[in-house]
Amino acid sequence: MEIVVSLAVGLLAAAGVWLVLRPRTFQVLIGLSLLSYAINLFIFSVGSLAVDAPPIVRAGALPDLAHYTDPVPQALVLTAIVIGFATTALFLVVLLALRGLSGVDHVDGKEEPGEMP
Amino acid sequence: MTPANPADPLVVAPVLLPLGTAALMLLMGEKRRRLKAALNVGSAMLGLLLAIALLRQVDASGTPATFAVHLTANWPVPYGIALVADRLSALMAVLAGIVGVASLLYALARWQHGGVYYHGLLQLQLMGLYGAFLTADLFNLFVFFEVLLAASYGLLLHGGGTARVRAGLHYIAINLLASLLFLIGVAVLYGVTGTLNMADIALKLTQVPASDRGLLHAGAAILAMAFLAKAAIWPLGFWLQPAYAAASAPAAALFVILTKVGVYALLRLWTLCFPPEAGASAGFGGHALVWGGLATLGFGAVGLFASQQLSRLMGYSVVASSGTLVAAIGFGLPALAAGALFYLVTSTLAGCALFLLVELLERSREVETGPPQFDDGVQAPGPFLDAEPAPSINLDDEEQALVGLAIPAALAFLGVSFTLCAMVVAGLPPLGGFIAKLAMLQALLQIGSAPAWMLFALLIASGLLAAIAMMRVGIRHFWTATAALPPRLRVVESLPVAALVAALLALVVNGNAVLRYTTQTAATLHEPQLYIDAVLGALARPTGGGAGIAPRPIADARGSP
Repeated sequence: MEIVVSLAVGLLAAAGVWLVLRPRTFQVLIGLSLLSYAINLFIFSVGSLAVDAPPIVRAGALPDLAHYTDPVPQALVLTAIVIGFATTALFLVVLLALRGLSGVDHVDGKEEPGEMP
Repeated sequence: MTPANPADPLVVAPVLLPLGTAALMLLMGEKRRRLKAALNVGSAMLGLLLAIALLRQVDASGTPATFAVHLTANWPVPYGIALVADRLSALMAVLAGIVGVASLLYALARWQHGGVYYHGLLQLQLMGLYGAFLTADLFNLFVFFEVLLAASYGLLLHGGGTARVRAGLHYIAINLLASLLFLIGVAVLYGVTGTLNMADIALKLTQVPASDRGLLHAGAAILAMAFLAKAAIWPLGFWLQPAYAAASAPAAALFVILTKVGVYALLRLWTLCFPPEAGASAGFGGHALVWGGLATLGFGAVGLFASQQLSRLMGYSVVASSGTLVAAIGFGLPALAAGALFYLVTSTLAGCALFLLVELLERSREVETGPPQFDDGVQAPGPFLDAEPAPSINLDDEEQALVGLAIPAALAFLGVSFTLCAMVVAGLPPLGGFIAKLAMLQALLQIGSAPAWMLFALLIASGLLAAIAMMRVGIRHFWTATAALPPRLRVVESLPVAALVAALLALVVNGNAVLRYTTQTAATLHEPQLYIDAVLGALARPTGGGAGIAPRPIADARGSP
């Protein structure tokens, strides 16, 4: 379980970082999305990964992490997803506006000399 | 110390007021500009008054520290979100209110017509600012950061045009990345300490086992990266100059406070979590803050000296002031922090006034030399997004006289205001910048270490460079003017500049009182136990109906499904 989640976080983050450093606006957008997925998984995992454990403390059971899974990171992830969704949508609008105004999809609004469009 | 009233309405009011106003404005749709403008002015003024009332309240009693606490929905402390105002929060809230009102009044003259949602965005920006300054919960701080950033994206794009969209794309990308770092830092800190309440985190940090210490430091460092990027610390601050130079004047003036949010968060969390008593973590990262601040101050000073365009010059002065503040914070000396807080107040007010003056000055040059000459690709304000304003609005320059009147001594007014603000930024006597720098220099003499001497030298050198750069700009704009046409100003756009200059002068007249306030603020900050006791000591009100869930442990309260 831990190794799968760690691998997923690592792969998503690596792909996201690589894409964010690319010169095309759409690549940056996808990179930011992948990074936010990686971080959402990461936040989820700090609450200790548990299979089949409810996010509430049941009556009678000891209130430690062996008997329930921490609900706070799940709430944080929900908030982070909503905020990330909104800011990604905003970024997409600005991306389209720049594409419309400058005619290219380079992040600087103009092609670098010597680079194929 | 008696436990604070756990439901102080004054703490939450500055957040709720702009939220309600912004929601109301959204319901009003895209028309009714005059009503929205009036509502915005009223709400922003009221917010400022609330912030001032809060400041007076936390400063009222003579005790070393007073805190105002609000537990949202009456949840007990580590579980619910607490809003806490101390002297630092109240001071920052008042600054945010002043900058917001100044930016709004200036925008009333013409910039409010540059986009449909200006008024709503400004209110959301204010809500994010007040919330970020008042919250005592780390994740809630993230949410308020996002609110103020989302509003700032809209305000940066306000007015439209290729330059703004290009600068906006970079600004949004950088800030999204910084927010992701913020999230990683929050998650790691939560994983290590098991809490999100700042006071609770500070309390639990001392009990973190040695095996988790590295993880804790990594989380804190990643979190700090987000704040340092926001505060435009070198080498994370290259986004600032293009963004601030491209923004419309009222937006840029409002953004002056945004870098200070990063500085505030650093100051709050660093003094709270890593005081000298924190054992193995004492003073963690202080050296990074000092050296990062020194590098930023040097970079900002050289940039100030090198820039030809007025708005770029202002961008570098914001960078230099961020560097000064972060370096001064990193020493962890209350006397130095007191001077730095005074510097924060003066540099914010002067920076705001100068960003407003930039456009007025460019306009006065426009009268003399024809169309504006922007030297690095930043173009004149593009076509406004909404081509069809309401018919009742006077939009054309020819119709200026219907809205305001030309001030006869406009150029003299601009000149005096510019000189005073430039003196503050350069730290020349007798204005506030000088008092602040003197207080910092005095404190630095006590430290005497190599970085302290370096900051000492850089403070003086950067003041000299800033003075030369400002003088050069002043000469170009005021002495080489050949045209007979004086610039035409409207009363409503010169009013905020005049008010900010008056505030700067009032800071000098009341310098002693302000310095007393910042000294007490710094002393409280460097005794984090006071803050921890105040927040964790705030008990939820017992509920009247007998089902008092408040003080019970969470496990019991949620025991039966």
